[in-house]
Amino acid sequence: MATSSASLHRHGHVGGVIEDDHAAYQRMVRMLRIGLWLFIISDGFMFTGLFVSRFYLLGGTRPELSQALGLIVTSVLLASSFYMNRAETLIEHGDREGFLRCTLITIGLGLGFFVGVVFLEWPLAASHIGGPAASAMSSVFFMMTGMHAFHVITGILFLLVIYFNGRRGRYTPQRHWMVEACANYWHFVDVVWIFFYPALYLIGTPVALGH
Amino acid sequence: MKVLKLGILWGLIAQCAGSIIGASLVMFIRILMGRAPIVNSWRVDEPLMVVGGLFGAIGFMYGVGALSDWIKIMRGREAPLPHGHDPRGWSRYFGVSYDHKVIGVQYGITAVGVFLLAGLFALVMRTELARSGLHILRLDNFNTLIGLHGIMMIASILIGVAALMNYLVPMMIGATDMAFPRLNAFAFWLNIPGALLVTSSMFFGGFETGWTGYPPLSAHTFPGVQMFFLGVYIIGLSSILGALNIIATVLCMRAPGMTLFRMPIFVWASLSTSLISLTATQLIGLSFQLVMFERLFGMNFFNPDKGGNVILFQHLFWFYSHPAVYIFVLPGLGIISELLPVFSRKPLFGYRWIAMSSLAIALVGFLVWAHHMFAAGMEEYLRVPFMYSTMLVAVPTGVKFFSWMATLWGGKIETPTPMLFVLGGITVFLFGGLTGPPLGTVSTDLHLHDSYFVVGHFHNTMFGGFVYPFFAAIYYWFPKITGRRMSETMGWLHFWLMTPAFWLMTGGMFWVGLRGMRRRIADYDPALGFDTIHLLVTLSAFLIAISVLIFLGNLIYSAFFGEEAKGNLWASRSPEWQVPSPMPEHNYDEPFVVTGEPYDYGLPGSVYIDLHPRPPEPVRGQPPQLEPATGD
Repeated sequence: MATSSASLHRHGHVGGVIEDDHAAYQRMVRMLRIGLWLFIISDGFMFTGLFVSRFYLLGGTRPELSQALGLIVTSVLLASSFYMNRAETLIEHGDREGFLRCTLITIGLGLGFFVGVVFLEWPLAASHIGGPAASAMSSVFFMMTGMHAFHVITGILFLLVIYFNGRRGRYTPQRHWMVEACANYWHFVDVVWIFFYPALYLIGTPVALGH
Repeated sequence: MKVLKLGILWGLIAQCAGSIIGASLVMFIRILMGRAPIVNSWRVDEPLMVVGGLFGAIGFMYGVGALSDWIKIMRGREAPLPHGHDPRGWSRYFGVSYDHKVIGVQYGITAVGVFLLAGLFALVMRTELARSGLHILRLDNFNTLIGLHGIMMIASILIGVAALMNYLVPMMIGATDMAFPRLNAFAFWLNIPGALLVTSSMFFGGFETGWTGYPPLSAHTFPGVQMFFLGVYIIGLSSILGALNIIATVLCMRAPGMTLFRMPIFVWASLSTSLISLTATQLIGLSFQLVMFERLFGMNFFNPDKGGNVILFQHLFWFYSHPAVYIFVLPGLGIISELLPVFSRKPLFGYRWIAMSSLAIALVGFLVWAHHMFAAGMEEYLRVPFMYSTMLVAVPTGVKFFSWMATLWGGKIETPTPMLFVLGGITVFLFGGLTGPPLGTVSTDLHLHDSYFVVGHFHNTMFGGFVYPFFAAIYYWFPKITGRRMSETMGWLHFWLMTPAFWLMTGGMFWVGLRGMRRRIADYDPALGFDTIHLLVTLSAFLIAISVLIFLGNLIYSAFFGEEAKGNLWASRSPEWQVPSPMPEHNYDEPFVVTGEPYDYGLPGSVYIDLHPRPPEPVRGQPPQLEPATGD
């Protein structure tokens, strides 16, 4: 047993961090990256299921929704992805202040999207097409936006984690896997909305009150 | 007190606490909204049950300690992997461990436990069916029992598959552990609260839907169905995360020289199976979640009155639940391919074809789901395409059978217990496979649908594709875990009691099924003349149960008193048998190098791996160092 432990220490698997071993960190990040993408593929299947259900149940009709509000929240979310990308690029270049600023803006825009969907769009939609229990159409609308909003909230929690760890100086240009993971997750949630937005707001003939 | 240090105990305590907190939260919110805290009684108050159950599961994960490292990492603290510092001895199996071998055994114990429980349900339900008329059960109890038997068996198989993959894959590819050890432990421990939640459905009135949970019935049956949905949802999450881990491990952590086509065949099977569980499982989760929301919030996805469609549920459900049967059988068929060359002392015939056939079954498996819905009022134009895609599955499956036959052909066949179960598995699975096409063909399926013929078919495929190979794997790798081999006499008895009883059981099922016996019913007309056959089926079910008890006795007896077996007991070429048993803590002292083909049994001078490569410098493919601050 002693020899096996020793050899593993040599390869660094058990012995914790060997701080200056950049290649080992790169190898680990490669593996974590594959893990993250597998998770995104898996989650993508769930969103695809919802997307397909929308067309299966509603076909060529769509709920009557506020076009202005839909466009605004979509723009806010897209803008947040821009700032997320800037945050990641800035930490890569060692600009911690800029990274923190852009992360905070991303959090703000994410919260803006969440408030726009859940606290403005939901009551408004309920008055147009009824609450979640009114019809299959309203159920689909609330389920799709709700599931997406849930992912936005988890993304914001993730952003808060990297913000506070960033303030403590945990990330360097060489080592910031968590920032990269958070950014990729955030972009994924954004891409999902790029499919959900036309499916709910643009495609099909609008129907009010679910009939 | 050693018991007080066991993680599982704290997990269970925290699950109770979590359930109470979750339920109280709902009551608190209701009081704030000026409503009564409990509607009717807590046993029928679904929001209370669901939120309580969910918080309970989270509580379990926190209490058992599966979250503590991640919480540290989130707070920016160090959390080095404690791999190798586990307590030795039995207690490490009852708390969080990051060692893939411990987790594999934990999965195995859980699988056997859930299997026994599900088998018990089957015995009760078979006793009711032994004679026409109602004797020991009420109708709703019977329905709950068949549902629980189905879903618990499925959970047991999923957990058993994870046991095989977790224990074997890192060893076979020469890794010290899985790619993400923390995630591995997390995925395992999810199963405990999940299984508890599914079982708890009995105490909330049960559910009448069978394991498929079809609406509209599931949207209106007893509240117990919520616990069933929630439990399956959590077990499904475990399955997804476990699959993710297997894929990343296979892609990133192979030993130097182990190209994809030099991997042991079981690794190919695990990869194919994991591709399905990673993706398709989301869809059963979604379908169950939609019904849960339909019950909780009055949503209308499956309510035709309000524009919903029940067929949508079946599409979503079967998009997972058909590929799921390939999740169950692919690792089992991998075990068969793995063991056949060992016991026939011949190279595996058509290695590449077998590897690719696993992948082909997994991919074609995604295109066949609607053959479960021929009689459901589905869109008619979908019937024929799905019939043909279903038939297509027979092609890669046939490739496997022909390869197995060619491997056996002219071999020096030995039949210790593992090989008995492999051969038994092949024959049983063959019959399961041959009864498939009549069910996949629209015209015959319309007659056979929902009959006992279907029941016989899937018991043949599940036993041949999973249960037999699983037993074979346990007999085969038991010395690797314990350093002792299982008793051959008891193994022989187990096999020769179980196999004839099994043929009698499914033979009876096919017979009554062809003559019109419906599945999922508690009673049948004595005028049908099925009483004798049903009695025989019930008796053989009890014989199978006895044989499983013999196996259990063998397992426990051999773990303590079995014959010592520390070397390469089966003269296998596989890497894990080239080191002493039980497997060393970190698998291999130094990374081995793959220099030849895996299954060249009987070819003089052929080498698969070099355990002590010189110079001892290559580290490519070794597990990378884990930086504690980020982890998995």
